Amino acid sequence: MFLINCPYCGERDQSEFSAGGEAHIVRPKQPTELSDDQWAEFLFMRKNIKGIQLERWNHAHGCRKWFNMVRDTSNDKIHGVYKMGEKPPIK
Amino acid sequence: MKNKYSIFSLIKNAFSYHENWQRAWRDPEPKKEYDAVIVGGGGHGLATAYYMAKKHNMKNIAVVEKGWIGGGNTGRNTTIIRSNYLWDASAGLYDHALKIWEGLSQELNYNVMFSQRGVMNLAHNLQDVRDLKRRTHANRLNGIDAVWLNTEEVKKFCPIINTSPDIRYPVLGGTLQRRAGTARHDAVAWGYARGADSMGVDIIQNCEVKGIKRNRDSVEGIETTKGFIKTKKIGVVAAGHSSVIANMVDIKLPLESKPLQALVSEPVKPIIDTVVMSNAVHAYVSQSDKGELVIGAGTDAYVSYTQRGSHDVVEGTLKAILELYPIFSRMKMLRQWGGIVDICPDASPIISKTHIKGLYFNCGWGTGGFKATPGSGDLFAHTIANDEPHKLNADFNINRFVSGDLVDEHGAAAVAH
Repeated sequence: MFLINCPYCGERDQSEFSAGGEAHIVRPKQPTELSDDQWAEFLFMRKNIKGIQLERWNHAHGCRKWFNMVRDTSNDKIHGVYKMGEKPPIK
Repeated sequence: MKNKYSIFSLIKNAFSYHENWQRAWRDPEPKKEYDAVIVGGGGHGLATAYYMAKKHNMKNIAVVEKGWIGGGNTGRNTTIIRSNYLWDASAGLYDHALKIWEGLSQELNYNVMFSQRGVMNLAHNLQDVRDLKRRTHANRLNGIDAVWLNTEEVKKFCPIINTSPDIRYPVLGGTLQRRAGTARHDAVAWGYARGADSMGVDIIQNCEVKGIKRNRDSVEGIETTKGFIKTKKIGVVAAGHSSVIANMVDIKLPLESKPLQALVSEPVKPIIDTVVMSNAVHAYVSQSDKGELVIGAGTDAYVSYTQRGSHDVVEGTLKAILELYPIFSRMKMLRQWGGIVDICPDASPIISKTHIKGLYFNCGWGTGGFKATPGSGDLFAHTIANDEPHKLNADFNINRFVSGDLVDEHGAAAVAH
């Protein structure tokens, strides 16, 4: 449990948010041309990093907007938030 | 050779004030090379090593564990054992495990305190009733004992449940698997460790895997905090940390690791002599032999390796517990903890070869792996020893996420787990 600094609303309790998983998984541009392997990669395979991870969150019980977060999954420390379409604040 | 545990050894050791018990397993330094190495010394990993030595005569093997054996999810679960899964593949897998559980204490000469006290799954709405009845029929077609209980029968089986029709989620009935129950989780790890060790398996604790050495398409050994160990076969049974190992060899797994919480109350006199689970309100409860209520909560929605969880998850679970069991309203909770569970998109495990020769994964057990410990070990041992899956775990291969042939137990089994 932690506090999340929503880029639109400010700092709120984590229970107001829902987690959307790994960020920057690009939706295939030509879905009809994808092989089964590529579909599996897109739909199911995840890096599931222990350490700094880029992920999507939604302020479900607030502004209902999606945004991105940089979080260390080994200790739940948040290293920054950024809006959809923006570049991550760290690489 | 290990001394046999019996009433006579107990009496004999009483005369020496229990100071001369033989240690249950050795604490060896790793050899330079093994025929196979199991990564992860939890219940599943130790069971794998035990069956490799016992059934496949592979005795020059090691189990490496980064902490101490049984210190991960094996010691953190709510010890529930059942096999009432919906799909044929799952029913085969989990009932295989349940059948081994039934003779496990005798086989290991170690009391795992397996108690077939029954597991009851409650239905709270019409869809629950339909789903659970359907599952009861599916179970019986697969030879798994299951019965449907109406509300009065639920009340008779577990009198402390509030079956009043005017609560928020009234109890409309439930299923009961009488062969299901609980076991002592630590004893499972210790029993398998003792059994494997007595056949020559090296159990190496405080030994973390740092890398996997490979030669193109096959493995050559592992880098650990205790040096390099050469081996041609590596079985990874690292639960929540499976992806960490997989990332070392650039294999992507369909897993997300999340904290799953449990908690126990202060000990009280016997009040609930079975296991009651409710999927809809997400609460399950049993009572340990010490008298503590053992309560399972849910997972957090986000990836985390912290072995703790959010308070709101515990709060939600306890609200549900209190509605179902108003009698518990003044109980104090003593301890709360989290374990990191590796969850597959279809809520079924992976017991599989990989495209790298000699590298095998047993993972994705998610929130319900403890019940499968003996079966998982047996089937994974078969898979590693023969370099091909047993028919019972053939469906649980890694390629099902490419072929689409998922074993979709999410929401179909009794879940909650």
